Amino acid sequence: MLNYIAHRLLIMIPTLLAISFIVFVIIQLPPGDYLETYVAELESQGENVDPQKIAFLREQYGFDRPFLEQYATWVFGMLQGDFGYSFEYSLPVSDVVGDRLWLTVLVSFATIIFTWIISFPIGVYSATHQYGWGDYSLTFLGFIGLATPNFLLALVLLYVANVYFGTSVGGLMDEQFIDAPWTWAKFVSVLEHLWIPVIVIGTSGTAGMIRRLRANLLDELQKQYVVTARAKGLPSFRLLVKYPLRMSLNPFISDIGSLLPQVISGAAIVSVVLNLPTTGPMLLDALRSQDMYLAGSFLMFLASLTVVGVLVSDLLLAVLDPRIRFQGGSR
Amino acid sequence: MTDASHDRLKHFVSDAPFDPYSVEALTAEQESYYMASQWRLMWWKLKKHRLAVICGVILLIFYLSILISEFLAPYNLHTRQTGFIYAPPQQVHLFHDGEFVGPFVYGFDYHLNMDNLRREYTPNPDQVQPIRFFCRGDEYKWWGAVPLDIHLACPAEGGTLFLLGTDRLGRDMLSRIIFGARVSLTVGLIGITISFILGIVLGGLAGYYGGWIDIVIQRVIETIRSFPELPLWMALSAALPVTWSPLLIYLGITLILGLIDWTGLARGVRAKLLSLREEDFCTAAVLMGARPRRVIFRHLMPSFMSHLIASATLSIPAMILGETALSFLGLGLRPPITSWGVLLNEAQNINVVAIYPWLMLPVVPVIIIVLAFNFFGDGLRDAADPYK
Repeated sequence: MLNYIAHRLLIMIPTLLAISFIVFVIIQLPPGDYLETYVAELESQGENVDPQKIAFLREQYGFDRPFLEQYATWVFGMLQGDFGYSFEYSLPVSDVVGDRLWLTVLVSFATIIFTWIISFPIGVYSATHQYGWGDYSLTFLGFIGLATPNFLLALVLLYVANVYFGTSVGGLMDEQFIDAPWTWAKFVSVLEHLWIPVIVIGTSGTAGMIRRLRANLLDELQKQYVVTARAKGLPSFRLLVKYPLRMSLNPFISDIGSLLPQVISGAAIVSVVLNLPTTGPMLLDALRSQDMYLAGSFLMFLASLTVVGVLVSDLLLAVLDPRIRFQGGSR
Repeated sequence: MTDASHDRLKHFVSDAPFDPYSVEALTAEQESYYMASQWRLMWWKLKKHRLAVICGVILLIFYLSILISEFLAPYNLHTRQTGFIYAPPQQVHLFHDGEFVGPFVYGFDYHLNMDNLRREYTPNPDQVQPIRFFCRGDEYKWWGAVPLDIHLACPAEGGTLFLLGTDRLGRDMLSRIIFGARVSLTVGLIGITISFILGIVLGGLAGYYGGWIDIVIQRVIETIRSFPELPLWMALSAALPVTWSPLLIYLGITLILGLIDWTGLARGVRAKLLSLREEDFCTAAVLMGARPRRVIFRHLMPSFMSHLIASATLSIPAMILGETALSFLGLGLRPPITSWGVLLNEAQNINVVAIYPWLMLPVVPVIIIVLAFNFFGDGLRDAADPYK
């Protein structure tokens, strides 16, 4: 087991390095840099730009140095907790980001829990009542959930809440708590607002999970040992819970790897529509204004979140499933 | 013992012609079934999946409509009716004052509410404006080449026809949705072509050669997959230079969608190749001196092409949604190129949507198309293995 964990951790390092390199290439892609945009903006407003000041800033941020050197500075800075400087806000990135990262983690985590809680009973019901009307209608609902893009769902929900209930369902906390220090009341307020984004982001993942759980359980239910147990006269509930259900639980853990990127993707755009104080809206702004270090940190954070999530799911799976554990991580 | 031999019957040999396969003879019907090619079997199996067929027909209709968008739309893409800004959808009536008139709409009376400065349009029951069919309306160049002015339906002379309302510049929503299909539907097709080619080539290399090529490609796939798709799309499309022409941006976006999507297909190809290359027919081909390219394309590819096509069909909606999401955020396509996402961009502000809800209508075709692709792809996937 220790071997396996060590192996997985070692694999993670080159992956993260590769990700950081890709992120850096992407944020460097737009022609010009923030300073050029900034200067052009000032000049268009008829203001004078002191070339010396610009040159100073350029040197300060290392824009004149070669690409690889900039990259190395950035990565080493991140390792020491320095995520660079946000030009838009004139603050270090870590100050700008604030609670957003943790709220993103919270929303993603809550969404995955929601997905589990909803899909488990529905999946089991669908599989045990295959081709019944309940199965059919749930499958159909699942398909709709799968097909409706979540930002459109968010938009429709906003509209319905606005027109029929006269309230806004946007945001992640009551207004008086924004920028307020964390208190119990603020935490409760966040929990009260959390359910709408969680449902909106979670629908497609839930639909997928139900389908997989149903398929897995159906496969399992057709196996010989189930027939034997049934022939022996085991009560049907016991029969279901004893082995088939346990066997079909694997996707719950192993699917985090595919579920997490989906959830984070969904959260990014839904949070723009619902105006959540998470990474999504700020990432969008940063991308638009070429605030490269801010955008880069967000991208890096979202990708690392996925990598770590996949790692956790792999480790959990190894704990649950001895077949994986004893292979010592060789795949 | 020996005298019993003359009791034996004379050895009988029939002269009638004998067909050794007579027992296994097939009727014409059976023969056509057993001899049918794989693709024919798939077609039969797909036909049985009624929902998939219906969805296929819906998709076909949508895709055919982009050939004649100009004819189907009552107005041109950029025709502005400055007198009718944010006009609500006009209802089609058949009877006026109890008399049958045929399909017509009531003209609008415009009134600016001085309290909240809202534009209010009320149908005027005196203005009966019959809809004309196969009529001359806005002049257009069909696919930018053939000058025509015939439309499926046009407003009455001097009247208006806004079946789905108008936007903030007084442009007809229905016409814009019809034209938007052209961009939204083709984005997925071009994107999937790119990702299909990349997936087959890279997955094929990894699966057939194995070794270090496999390891490198597997690592690349893993790295790309650990990025959440949408933020990566956002970052890449934000990097497209502003100075590019709309057409270049369109190509850029499809390229971005395709460049990130291929990993799933490549994994599928690799897994299939790994199992197929151990099969006897593949060994036989290699022993007979076939080169890798021939083995891959002539012997291996046909055995899993159907699966590939099915899974490609299932990933088209993801691309359509991706483009819609990007354009909705304002990072994707930009006007004057019009896609459903670009149209939805106008619906971003909830305060505007609450007053003018018809701005959200482009949601409907998006959902229909995505659902149709999902059901159709599901049917295809079931049919992809007809020997089961």
